[in-house]
Amino acid sequence: MTTRIVELRQGILKKNDELARGLRQRFTSAGVLVLNLVSSPGTGKTAFLERTLRDLKEGGANVAALVGDLETDNDARRLAASGAPVRQINTHGICHLEAEMVSKHLEGWDLAGLDYLFIENVGNLVCPSSYDLGEAVRVALLSVTEGEDKPLKYPTLFNSADAAVITKIDLAGPCEFDRVAAFKNIRAIRPGIRIFETSAKTGAGMAEWLEYLKEQRPSRSAS
Amino acid sequence: MHELSIVGSIVDSVTESLTVYHGARVLEVRLRVGALAAVVEDSLQFCYGIATEGTLLQGSKLVVQILPVIVHCGACGVDGVIESLQSFTCPHCGEPVSDLRQGRELEIESFEIEDAEVEEAGEAVTP
Repeated sequence: MTTRIVELRQGILKKNDELARGLRQRFTSAGVLVLNLVSSPGTGKTAFLERTLRDLKEGGANVAALVGDLETDNDARRLAASGAPVRQINTHGICHLEAEMVSKHLEGWDLAGLDYLFIENVGNLVCPSSYDLGEAVRVALLSVTEGEDKPLKYPTLFNSADAAVITKIDLAGPCEFDRVAAFKNIRAIRPGIRIFETSAKTGAGMAEWLEYLKEQRPSRSAS
Repeated sequence: MHELSIVGSIVDSVTESLTVYHGARVLEVRLRVGALAAVVEDSLQFCYGIATEGTLLQGSKLVVQILPVIVHCGACGVDGVIESLQSFTCPHCGEPVSDLRQGRELEIESFEIEDAEVEEAGEAVTP
């Protein structure tokens, strides 16, 4: 009886990575900026996104959103109030979104007609970090109620982020939020990352965030 | 807890590769997992037993090699292993670093199989 070793050298998430690569190409050629929003449950992703969609629409931009949750379409209904096209992805137990789910839920949408597409991931600070969705910008969100050391506890996610958003800053005072420590911790994990301090309630920090979104838009070729 | 879906992908990939090795039995599957890959070895091992049941991988061993995070420092130009996941700084000069060279891997390196007996016994199998 002989034994032998078969070299495979294959990414375990190869299928997802390949699909994500295809999506990224589609997004780029359509000229739409795609953002993947990741945080714990309760950080305020949906409220932040509601505000972002509303403000962008007021500015004349074409926006759309996909929102992931284990169950219910509550978030999609909330976001749809902005007037933007929104689709809910129910994962039924899966703790993260995968490229295939995104791809399936984009069917029938004219990507070239969009300026921004937001993907609100399932509330989870661990699993979504392994799954590329083809996004151009991965945003890690953290609320002032969660504790400044969260980036240190969940380095895998914060290290993979392109931008960080601190939410609910209108509650910073009552929560005795240590802003300096939060900035220090985020940048200990991801040196140089842009950090936005926002309140969906008061609108604080939104102007800077919208400016950033505009900067990130792929410039459509003139031809 | 996405380890179960990860293990499911491992079973699929190895099973697919096995089609050319008719009747072979899998003894061991070796993974390379970066320290920043967001998977826990204990969970992988636990899920592996469940996910391989009734497959060609049943009873095989899962060997996980954890790879440290290696960064490239723009300031001193050297690659180094970071000492703590709580501080992305160059181990040589202490400058903050964001250029990752290793640490996110999540791959099947190889698997070991035992060929089916038929191959060696040849014609002599008939009683």
